[in-house]
Amino acid sequence: MSDTNINTKYVVFKIDNEYYGIDISNVKSIERVQYFTRVPNSPLYIKGVINLRGEVVPVIDLRLRFELTHKEIDSNSRIIIVFVNDIEIGLLVDSSSEVIEINSEDIDSPPMVKDNAAEVFIKGIGKQDGKLIILIDIEKVIGIKEIEQVG
Amino acid sequence: MNMNQYLDMFIEESKEHLQFMNEHLLNLEKNPDDKDLINEIFRIAHTLKGMSGTMGFSKIANLTHEMENLLDAVRSNKMEVCSEIVDLLFSCFDVLDEYIGNITSTGKEGEQDSTELIQQLNDRLNGRKNTSYSSQPVKNNKSKKTDLDEYVINAIRKAKSKRLNVYSLVVRLSESCLLKSARAFIVFNTLESYSDIIHSLPSTEDIEDEKFNFEFSLTLVTEKAKEEIKNDILMISEIDKVEIDEVSIEGMNIEEENQIDAKSNEAIEIDKEGNTEVNSSNETVVHEKKKVASIIGKTVRVDIDRLDNLMNLVSELIIIKTRLEDSGNTERSNMNEAIEYLERITTNLHDAVMKVRMVPIERVFNRFPRMVRDLAKELGKEIELEMTGEETEVDRTIIDEIGDPLIHLIRNSLDHGIESPETRKERGKPAIGKIKLRAYPDGNNVVIELEDDGAGIDVEKVKRKSVDKGLLTQAEAKELADNEIIELLFKPGFSTADSVSDVSGRGVGLDVVKNKIESINGIVEVETSHHKGSKFSIRLPLTLAIIQALLINIKEEIYAIPLSSIREITPVQSNEIRKIQNQEVVLFRNNTLPIIRLNRVLGKYDTEDDEEAIMVVVKKGEKEAGLIVDKLIGQQEIVIKSLGKYLSGIPYLAGATILGNGQISLILDVNSLF
Repeated sequence: MSDTNINTKYVVFKIDNEYYGIDISNVKSIERVQYFTRVPNSPLYIKGVINLRGEVVPVIDLRLRFELTHKEIDSNSRIIIVFVNDIEIGLLVDSSSEVIEINSEDIDSPPMVKDNAAEVFIKGIGKQDGKLIILIDIEKVIGIKEIEQVG
Repeated sequence: MNMNQYLDMFIEESKEHLQFMNEHLLNLEKNPDDKDLINEIFRIAHTLKGMSGTMGFSKIANLTHEMENLLDAVRSNKMEVCSEIVDLLFSCFDVLDEYIGNITSTGKEGEQDSTELIQQLNDRLNGRKNTSYSSQPVKNNKSKKTDLDEYVINAIRKAKSKRLNVYSLVVRLSESCLLKSARAFIVFNTLESYSDIIHSLPSTEDIEDEKFNFEFSLTLVTEKAKEEIKNDILMISEIDKVEIDEVSIEGMNIEEENQIDAKSNEAIEIDKEGNTEVNSSNETVVHEKKKVASIIGKTVRVDIDRLDNLMNLVSELIIIKTRLEDSGNTERSNMNEAIEYLERITTNLHDAVMKVRMVPIERVFNRFPRMVRDLAKELGKEIELEMTGEETEVDRTIIDEIGDPLIHLIRNSLDHGIESPETRKERGKPAIGKIKLRAYPDGNNVVIELEDDGAGIDVEKVKRKSVDKGLLTQAEAKELADNEIIELLFKPGFSTADSVSDVSGRGVGLDVVKNKIESINGIVEVETSHHKGSKFSIRLPLTLAIIQALLINIKEEIYAIPLSSIREITPVQSNEIRKIQNQEVVLFRNNTLPIIRLNRVLGKYDTEDDEEAIMVVVKKGEKEAGLIVDKLIGQQEIVIKSLGKYLSGIPYLAGATILGNGQISLILDVNSLF
């Protein structure tokens, strides 16, 4: 992947002071926060389900998924709707504003040390204008492998 | 030409044809003398041949062609229908079914070889072939003297001198053919690849302009044999019949009359193949026509996805209607009137869309006669299957799910229920066992009953076995009532390989049956009486998409409970609730009812218990339980939405629905609560 210089577009969002990026091909839309319906007995990081234009879509609270501290939802909060492996799911983030293009040359492999839960979900670190952007592996975040364990 | 776009249609239609063939074959076995059935099977084989030929599936085309030959011999009384023939036809059917199956999954016919079958068909045919052919004079050749002009006659002369064959062809398109000129064009194309068409009536221009009446005649010069040409043309679909006659030039007039027929078998065969209408009695014609009409009906094939989409839109409409109702309640009577009108429309629209999705249960039932026949033969039992209510309609989604459980139950009945003829005689029953399969609508449900007059379930043996298996202790086994014992059959423990089946019958995989049926919100019940038989009843909802539900509050959260599983709603005093072995129960109508506190189950703990609580009594089959809820909101029609793959494993939830205010409310899965 590092041999060829391919520009990939990423949707960038923020949690605390870190920037994260998701491959834009996985992103369907970005929504303002609306009413959540709690889903009892679901994993903790599942914030609930929302009504997305008539569809029932589950939403993951990325803060809880990354085991970060809880923060109240505010006017900047956004839900990024992603579509992976036939599953439509929302990611609750602090804010999201831009789409950037990162050349594959400017992506480093993730650090090996595992001092925080989010590390598991990191696909690489992108560098853009001196900013570091954590590129996340969306399949791992959604925890497709964990689905069987939920029940 | 790229045929892929027609593949789906081909598969659908072939399946339909095979289904009818199956039915007719089964009937034929019972009434071997019924000529109509032979005609009908012949017709189907013929249609399949044409269709598969067009699509380039030569194996199907070849096999059906051979079937036709055999059927034709039967039809023209050269052969008697015997069980061997029926068996042979059934084997052909199986192979065809397999081909179509392969085409469905891979787009190709597959490797299955049918040469042996074809050989058998031919042997059968040849074994009796020498019965008098010529005894049947052919009367049908209309004296249609083709008007040939000088040029044509010259051409014929020339061809003859070169020892080429000259044929006159009469091709008749089927009445249902829509694009006559296109069909004719295919015929022309096929012929032109190896022959010269020297004359056509009507003229090629007129044929192109569709100025002809399903029938046209051609004169052509070719090296090929008659038989080959006939086959090639019959491969084209929507061709009703082809007549080929050699054109002789003696006396310059075209003698396409009977001399050839008297000698040549092919000519008669052609005749048999196409001209039943003329040869057989008029009654048959009428009969055949009527049947065809009833089969085709007025239908449109619609992709299920499109229907789902339509259904979703109707659902949206219902949601928005509810929303309007909520907001318009207080003021303006005009508004209310409009909403009532809207409600009427949405209800009707909903019904209409639902009906479109409905499929007669026949779709599932039609494979059973054959299955029962084969299995009965295999088991050495005589069994009669009686089916009623095949026309009962259920939602398409249910049709897809109900097949396997039913097969399971029927196999069980045959294998373990119905005794061997000897045993039956000993028990004073008729030697032929009877299985009744019945479907009927009942309110918002459809009931399917499977009844046999076999051995029934031996409760004592089930009891013994469950004690052996450690599902029960001796003491418990004594306590249980018969119907509770029978419930044990649906326990997973009974489905393992070394199960009751070898001892008493019943119990192989019944848990699978039960799970499947409950997964589509259905219920299974069993009634049995020793040595008299047993009856399995399956109760299914008409649809899975829209239901009546009771909305309730747990704290501030709103949940929906399907009305179909609610027995009643009643207040209960907290001092009436007792605790027995960590399970809260209440005495209700002289039954102890287990209590389920929904707030705990759903993770909304509440320390203080109110003096008086509201209890919703729900049922699951014969079992009941009381759900404690915080508040009742009311009854409402809700549209069931799936929670999606991601949340599919979450317990106690059957789905979600969108309320009038746009919020999502979760639907409780009552069956999984207790």
